[in-house]
Amino acid sequence: MAGIRLHVLVCAGAGCISSGCVKVKDALVESLNKHNVAGEVKVLETGCMGSCELGPIMVFYPEGVFYKKLKPENVDEIVREHVIKGRVVEKYLYKSPDEKIIQKINEIEFFKRQKKVVLRNCGFIDPVKIEEYLARDGYEALAKAFSMERRSVVEEIKKSGLRGRGGGGFSTGMKWQFTADTPGDVKYIVCNADEGDPGAFMDRSVLEGDPHIVIEGMAIAGYAVGATQGFVYCRAEYPLAIERLNNAIEQAKKYGLLGKNILGSGFDFDVEVRIGAGAFVCGEETALLHSIEGKRGEPRPRPPYPATRGLFNKPTVINNVETWANITYIILKGADEFKKIGTEKNPGTKVFALAGDIVNAGLVEVPMGTTLREIVFDIGGGILDGGKFKAAQTGGPSGGCIPAEHLDIKIDFDSLKTLGTMMGSGGLIVMSEKTCMVDLAKFFMQFCVDESCGKCAPCRIGTKRTYEILDLITTGKGEMKHIDELTELAKNIGEASLCGLGQTAPNPVLSTLRYFKDEYIEHIKEKKCRAKVCKALIRYDITDRCVGCGVCKKACPVDAIEGERKQLHVIDQDKCIKCGMCYEKCPFNAIEVK
Amino acid sequence: MCSCNCKTDYSYLDKIIEENKSREGILINVLHAAQTHYGALTPDIQKKIADGLSIPLSVVYGTVTFYHFFTMIPKGKYVIKICTGTACYVRGANRLVESFAEKLGVEVGGTTPDGLFSLETVRCVGACSLAPVVTVNDIDIFKRVTTKEVDGIIAGYRKKEA
Repeated sequence: MAGIRLHVLVCAGAGCISSGCVKVKDALVESLNKHNVAGEVKVLETGCMGSCELGPIMVFYPEGVFYKKLKPENVDEIVREHVIKGRVVEKYLYKSPDEKIIQKINEIEFFKRQKKVVLRNCGFIDPVKIEEYLARDGYEALAKAFSMERRSVVEEIKKSGLRGRGGGGFSTGMKWQFTADTPGDVKYIVCNADEGDPGAFMDRSVLEGDPHIVIEGMAIAGYAVGATQGFVYCRAEYPLAIERLNNAIEQAKKYGLLGKNILGSGFDFDVEVRIGAGAFVCGEETALLHSIEGKRGEPRPRPPYPATRGLFNKPTVINNVETWANITYIILKGADEFKKIGTEKNPGTKVFALAGDIVNAGLVEVPMGTTLREIVFDIGGGILDGGKFKAAQTGGPSGGCIPAEHLDIKIDFDSLKTLGTMMGSGGLIVMSEKTCMVDLAKFFMQFCVDESCGKCAPCRIGTKRTYEILDLITTGKGEMKHIDELTELAKNIGEASLCGLGQTAPNPVLSTLRYFKDEYIEHIKEKKCRAKVCKALIRYDITDRCVGCGVCKKACPVDAIEGERKQLHVIDQDKCIKCGMCYEKCPFNAIEVK
Repeated sequence: MCSCNCKTDYSYLDKIIEENKSREGILINVLHAAQTHYGALTPDIQKKIADGLSIPLSVVYGTVTFYHFFTMIPKGKYVIKICTGTACYVRGANRLVESFAEKLGVEVGGTTPDGLFSLETVRCVGACSLAPVVTVNDIDIFKRVTTKEVDGIIAGYRKKEA
């Protein structure tokens, strides 16, 4: 092992795994063996590097040469050229939108503009080996915390101004303080890893790419507030995250970094993983605690807050994954250093999951206060297929959308609130002209109808009634009075619901009404859907580009298309169910949607 | 999972109950383990868990019916899940749902008569950059799926069985 001269990092985040990175890695190992250079090259599987759109990815260090969209059959060439002859293989390198070839990872715009605090290890280390985490100052923050008084650990977090990254943006230090101040022998630390917002995958990437950073953060809190048991509540949809967490906990125990008398400090701390079972409401903290207790995940009124009366009725600190992942940085570098990042009232960074109609879909971490324009266009590379930006959706089903006129907003907890949306956990879905805003509101309302736990009436019944009205509008049966009804319902649901789910459920409706009311009116008065999404309001027609190949006729599931071979075909509008199959299948783009 | 009237072997269930019965709030983890092994949480299984963990059967049943993940009816050999998270929605997941439902001849939540396929939707699998996403048995992941590919995906599994 004397002569390791190259480190090859293969991204094995969820995105790259689905793109086939495992086969690429196997091909690499095979090729290295074949050419007798396996002893000179160390191959590592890392967590998500963030550039999911470009996967599978390999990065060659020390130089940081970045190869993208690799197939197993490409790898041998790279080994022959790069590893053996030291020549970079240009054709697999990244090309910028202006066709410039870029060799190194840190020169690519997508990476260059990011600031990594939470994701600083993600994509650099092998997440299943604790040694790699330790080599990057792992568990040093815990050791440093032990040298501090418990009180001053809480003070440091308070001073950092860190706000909960799960959505609410409440001061993390204050939460810790409340729990620390509540007397009791038994206290708990809980990590909310029930990343339920559709369109968000930040927490998943942290857990899969750097699980120890979360465990260490929880242990520090345990020490600071006097808790000896931690729970990570992870959603069942993330089996790999659960596996990596359990693996990390086992390794930390082996090294004496969890368990009894950690590092000789006299402090005991243990972490256990509890698995969710597919209920969105369990992201709400009181519902989550019920679920850990093995019960139905129904929320309860607050106060008392979990900080004073939480899990098994004991004082409990509950924070989400990204919040926990900030703790080690603050303790190691100090609150003052942390506050240099971001804005005054919103220090630190925020991780966003970029998705939707965007070129560079993936995971990005930027300082708070970065503008939406920078995220979408400079980092995200703009809209897919040269489309036009219509809106960005943040905060999932509890949030709202940001229209094009606010592209220059500096994103933080407070600015988003003024626009009628919220940070949420960090899902950022970019939408082009192809998205219908009324249908979007209906989509989120359907989500809330499904996920409402049913405990309180405003949420259970109100979301259903709202959905029904939206359904009328999108099927061409809307009336103008429905707009007022929607607004009134929204107000009542928001004010009267028991928990966060119901209180925020009307937000997507209010937000789309605020910025895209004209689309609602268009649906109601003109029976028109400009995005051509609402089926009842569109029709398919065959234009004279049709050569009569008959593909559409075959594809139509209801035999609504007629026409002789080599003759113009016609759609029988009475029979047509607007499934769009003909549109998808036509090889000549002869079918039009109106 | 046994579909005839012969006796199901509950020794695995007894084992997980024994291992977990002293742990507070462990019900959901036990239900997960039981469902993974037996395919569904039948009334018999729920009764055994209630007795074993000393929890009222009503609470076990209430928990099973509360969460989407738990099912009392066995699912098909291949569970096709279409992600209907926001990113997948924006990129056309609804069309996929319709297409799969039509090709398989079952509604969402249903299982084909030959017991081969179940069709489900799932709220975000967290692979939003690959939207729209379809997973089969949580192992095989199909990314950026278009309605054109639906036939091929189904045929691939049918072929395995032929």
